Amino acid sequence: MNYFLGLFVSGLTRGSIYALLALGYTMVYGIIELINFAHGEIYMIGAFTALILASVLSIAGLDALSILVIASLVAMIYSAAYGYTMEKIAYKPVRHSQRLSALISAIGMSLFLQNYVRLAQTSNFLPFPALIPRFTFLDLLPFRASSAQFVIFVTTAVVMILLTFLIKFTRIGKSMRAASQDKTMAMLLGVNVNRVISVTFLIGSATAALGGVLISSFTGQINFFIGFMAGIKAFVAAVLGGIGSIPGAVLGSFVLGWTESFGAGYISSDYEDVFAFAILVLILIFKPSGLLGRPENKKV
Amino acid sequence: MVLDVRALTMDFGGLRAVDHVDLQISQGEIVALIGPNGAGKTTFFNCVTGMYTPTTGTVTIARPGSEPHNITRMRPHLITAQGLARTFQNIRLFPEMTVLENVMIGRDCRLSAGIVGAILRNRKTLEEEEQVVLDSFRMLEIVGIGKWANETAKNLPYGAQRRLEIARALATEPFLLLLDEPAAGMNPQETRDLVALIRRLRFDHHLSIFLIEHDMSLVMTLSERIYVMDYGKLIAVGEPAEVRRDPAVIKAYLGEDVSA
Repeated sequence: MNYFLGLFVSGLTRGSIYALLALGYTMVYGIIELINFAHGEIYMIGAFTALILASVLSIAGLDALSILVIASLVAMIYSAAYGYTMEKIAYKPVRHSQRLSALISAIGMSLFLQNYVRLAQTSNFLPFPALIPRFTFLDLLPFRASSAQFVIFVTTAVVMILLTFLIKFTRIGKSMRAASQDKTMAMLLGVNVNRVISVTFLIGSATAALGGVLISSFTGQINFFIGFMAGIKAFVAAVLGGIGSIPGAVLGSFVLGWTESFGAGYISSDYEDVFAFAILVLILIFKPSGLLGRPENKKV
Repeated sequence: MVLDVRALTMDFGGLRAVDHVDLQISQGEIVALIGPNGAGKTTFFNCVTGMYTPTTGTVTIARPGSEPHNITRMRPHLITAQGLARTFQNIRLFPEMTVLENVMIGRDCRLSAGIVGAILRNRKTLEEEEQVVLDSFRMLEIVGIGKWANETAKNLPYGAQRRLEIARALATEPFLLLLDEPAAGMNPQETRDLVALIRRLRFDHHLSIFLIEHDMSLVMTLSERIYVMDYGKLIAVGEPAEVRRDPAVIKAYLGEDVSA
């Protein structure tokens, strides 16, 4: 039973990280129908930013918790700036071209950012300090799950609640929903759609960076390539839940997290990625619109 | 003059969809644009509202009592902010949002609090948001669908969806309202109600109204002046009675020179 719970929590942790990333995919897709393949790179840049900051701050002698908070916030802001700029440079100019142009542009952006970090930093794995402090009251499953895993889950849950609130009740959230349903009409009603798209990239990038910081301080190492696999997995999660749907992305992330964790725990950890992609293939065959996605309505 | 269009031309590749069209609308007028299918009416609307950038020509609008603005190459959301609103031939609501939210989106361009306010939720923002809800309710009452405020837009009956489109356009505080086939798909009773609503809007809200319509009885009873387009060109302008007798118009509609 303890073994099962351990796997359950580990799936929950993975799912949380995927959810933080998948949100960006699904929000961007919801509004401009683009799969932002460079999204994983934003997550990686968030992790690097936090690593640099954490190193500086630990020399300054701060305690782990304040380092974590400061490093996360700065990483979120810095990555959001990356996301914003990326949209302006790589996506806005091709927004009215064919969808394929934007997709190629996204892949180019992804390769550019990976190699930029490789040249600017290093291609080696770097150790990442365990920034998430141990809370004894969160040691719910000793030897099976650490308090850090619960911290990751709780942080994700808080972010999800804030985001739901933003989208449901604020003006910018309403504009985002309007733009995702009919961009032209939103524009004709006076909504500045460019601004809505920028805000979407800012939010998506900030949550991705948060995911990057949290998981890196849990796994303990990073390099320039971590965004690739994480990005693909989160993309699978977003498709699984129904791309364009925010609750779908969260559900898809947890389903994916548990599939990987139970698959690795009960069958073989060598096949972890196989489970993730098998689930993608299955969903694409049997329910292409995803678990919570709406069937695509073709506009007349 | 609230709208002044000069020599507006729109080319799509080799096709000239709108050809040197001049059109003026005075304050408080109800003007119709008619013509056979494919005459370029909707293209003309799209040029005026900034959805298309016209090849040549100028579009100027003037809110009554203020300076005219050239809006020819302005982006659509800025044109809306200038005071021009439109509806579509096929209904384009935000189907998954509530009726009230649909109208609230239209208020967006009249608000001052920015994203910072939305996050900090200071008093000014909250007061403004409260005002938006009240204003939006008022718009729904004006078009007579207040009771459906919290319904999801896609669940409304057809006539009510059309009215919601008008309410949403009103929410942007226009002085000139462009209606693209507002009576399309309506039954005679709904059409009569629509005529009454448009007349009321003009008087109560000091609007000028510019509409495209195929329902000739509506056009003839409602409009004060009519512009007729065919193959991208203006072929006639005048009061309903004159236009109805105009041989060029009859020819365009019937395809034959019946006056001969």
